[in-house]
Amino acid sequence: METLLDVEDLWVKFPSRQGVFDAVRGVSFTLGRERLGIVGESGSGKSMTGRAILRLIRSPGIVEATQISLGGDDLMKKTEKEMRAVRGKRISMVMQDPKFSLNPVMTIGAQIIEAYRQHNKVSHADAYAKALEMLEAVSIRDAERVMRAYPHEMSGGMGQRIMIAMMLIPNPEILIADEPTSALDVSVQRQVLDIMDKLVKDRGMGLIFISHDLNLVADFCDRVLIMYAGRIVEICKADKLNEAKHPYTRGLLNSLPRLDAPRDHLEVLKRDPAWSEAPSVSGRV
Amino acid sequence: MAEQSLRQWLLTDTPTSRRHAKLSALYHGWLSFRGNTMAMIGLCILLALVAVALFAPLLAPHDPFVQDLGNRLAPLGTDSHVLGTDSLGRDILSRLIYGSRITLYIVALVALIAPVAGLLVGTVSGYAGGWVDVVLMRITDIFLAFPRLVLALAFVAAMGAGIENAVLAISLTAWPPYARIARAETLTIRAADYISAIQLQGAGAMRIITRHIWPLCISSLIVRVTLDMAGIILAAAGLGFLGLGAQPPSPEWGAMISEGRRFILDHWWVATMPGLAIFTVSLAFNLLGDGLRDVLDPKGGE
Amino acid sequence: MSMLEIEKLNVWFGHGRDRVDAVKDASFTVARGESFGLVGESGSGKSTILRAISGLAPLWSGRMVVDGLALGKVRPKTFYKTVQMVFQDPYASLHPRHSVDQVLGETLQLHGFKDIDARVVKLLDDVGLGQKFRFRYPHQLSGGQRQRVAIARALAPQPALLLLDEPTSALDVSVQAEILNLLVDLRREHALTYVMVSHDLSVVGHMCERLAVMKGGEIVEVMGVDTLRRMEAKHPYSQSLLAASV
Repeated sequence: METLLDVEDLWVKFPSRQGVFDAVRGVSFTLGRERLGIVGESGSGKSMTGRAILRLIRSPGIVEATQISLGGDDLMKKTEKEMRAVRGKRISMVMQDPKFSLNPVMTIGAQIIEAYRQHNKVSHADAYAKALEMLEAVSIRDAERVMRAYPHEMSGGMGQRIMIAMMLIPNPEILIADEPTSALDVSVQRQVLDIMDKLVKDRGMGLIFISHDLNLVADFCDRVLIMYAGRIVEICKADKLNEAKHPYTRGLLNSLPRLDAPRDHLEVLKRDPAWSEAPSVSGRV
Repeated sequence: MAEQSLRQWLLTDTPTSRRHAKLSALYHGWLSFRGNTMAMIGLCILLALVAVALFAPLLAPHDPFVQDLGNRLAPLGTDSHVLGTDSLGRDILSRLIYGSRITLYIVALVALIAPVAGLLVGTVSGYAGGWVDVVLMRITDIFLAFPRLVLALAFVAAMGAGIENAVLAISLTAWPPYARIARAETLTIRAADYISAIQLQGAGAMRIITRHIWPLCISSLIVRVTLDMAGIILAAAGLGFLGLGAQPPSPEWGAMISEGRRFILDHWWVATMPGLAIFTVSLAFNLLGDGLRDVLDPKGGE
Repeated sequence: MSMLEIEKLNVWFGHGRDRVDAVKDASFTVARGESFGLVGESGSGKSTILRAISGLAPLWSGRMVVDGLALGKVRPKTFYKTVQMVFQDPYASLHPRHSVDQVLGETLQLHGFKDIDARVVKLLDDVGLGQKFRFRYPHQLSGGQRQRVAIARALAPQPALLLLDEPTSALDVSVQAEILNLLVDLRREHALTYVMVSHDLSVVGHMCERLAVMKGGEIVEVMGVDTLRRMEAKHPYSQSLLAASV
């Protein structure tokens, strides 16, 4: 499989009064034309990993890595100006809550058209036609009306679809989705995932799907990295997640209530300090 | 070693008593405040001002009221008059030192009256809502609509000149912005789950406002007050300058500038020295306010 | 006798043209000691029913009876000794400037208890926090610990009916398991009745004996948890919810 992204020994450090806090500690993985899931609990460093790839860690945070290679270009060696050309154009990111990612005082149409014309030198009319096409691609019916609407008039599911449409305009090689469906209801969740899946397949993109939801990731992705305390503790094929070996992964799976297996008490995860000490498992292929 | 253990005791995340928890929270605030150099400079200037005001009789080289017409308008650095003398031959340095008492007095009184009135009106208005809110906010609007100095002038003109009336006049014009801030904060706090939770314990409106809403509004008000202090000192000086604040021979800084104005071309220091004092204290309050904003802002917390 | 009876409950927000009907003609009863679930998607009105019972949603019509007492527009103070609520977001339900000790102490004081110190100690033990958390402030606590404090606060007046508004949806799954276990134990020890709102069918399936499925402000189906486990929901909407959550 062709490698789109190769991350080697990635660290994210936050210096503070009490010393340096390592949010991500020596994570390595590769991404091909596949759906790669990153799961973990809050504070496991999964979101930091996604942001660090785009070097979007805010000061005083520091990103260190042997390399973050995007098709042969090392992103670590790029200047901030060159990174701006990478963000959005070659790697796009979808965030959890679309409400905070869209400009509240611009119509959705105007925002999509602006985003499109930033990347393509075309007339306004062409951009408008293209924007309609994009909205239809993410299964938005009545796209002309949506173009005239403001973000607050949209439901969460609609907003997230619009965000995905906008992220896909420059035809990026890689899409990083950070909890894109956590704010949505289950029924809408499924639709948004289907749309993302279809687009990724049709365009041959690589997808990094960051989530806290084990079942969702097992269902949706090809390969899963499980993170704990800033490290990868286990890597497995998504359909084999139920056979995961690491006690942390097993503990997470067992702590979920299940309709088909009623229990009086749920299993409680017993954290072993050795987990956070063990070196990170490499996810490079 | 003992100091080290006191530090650890203060920095613990498992306090053992109410007092310990309070002290620990204060110490954390102090640490983050101390990290801000500019704010520390502001604090030092203000502490120095307090010290000067306290020990004025010891520090002042001369009596601030004794006139020496033979030695009037002496320039800087004259024998025993470091900052020169004014039009009646009084020592400017001594007058500035005694004047710091008046400045502090004005600042303290306004700082007590205006924010407290604003907090009361704003939180009651925001929490009660409905017609109470409408009435209180329209009253606030009326006060806001008057030009500040004109309202203060009218008040002083009606009540008679003097420091106390000047303070009241300044407070009267200063409270509406605090009421606005407090109301806006109350509106967001009122909808929070922790207010719903205490309502579900059967707590009354008075308790919710004083125990639950005030502690959260006060920090932003303190910041706003320190930032406004400069304006208050200048307003007091302005009233003094117009002859409606402190009365001669009182060494109020604004009144001193007013007197020195007549000689500003030939004897510049007479008006400049009190001006510099006002400038320094105003700047100190602004720096302190900036630092406090960083420490007290709940959104900037850990 | 039933603990809670809801009959033809309507709840709305706003007046005139801005009026939004959040709950329409909802009826159900919860027996003493039972655990009852309310399931639905966001905007289905499930949380609004809890807020109407607790008195936080003032615009309602219909009949609500708690422990034999019909509710009016104004709740008597004794009402809050019977009914307490745990909120969804533990980061928003604790006052940021009050320590755990202050939160619990004030609650106990409001309910007229005298032996406050002893009770605070007991409450913290009940929710598995221990004494070292007593003087901490919310920012020194994790999400799970905060939710334990919120549960302790709800238990303070020794209520009979506990309203749980998505108590674990803001928490990680491993912490969710701890909190759910705690709730199961507390219900047993204190003979509590639960009404639990959740969007997660498996959480409700674990915690409750019966549940109501809500959609657009209406209850579309009330069923036992066995029906749920056997996937035998009747209403097409409940079926689609079930299908999406397995």
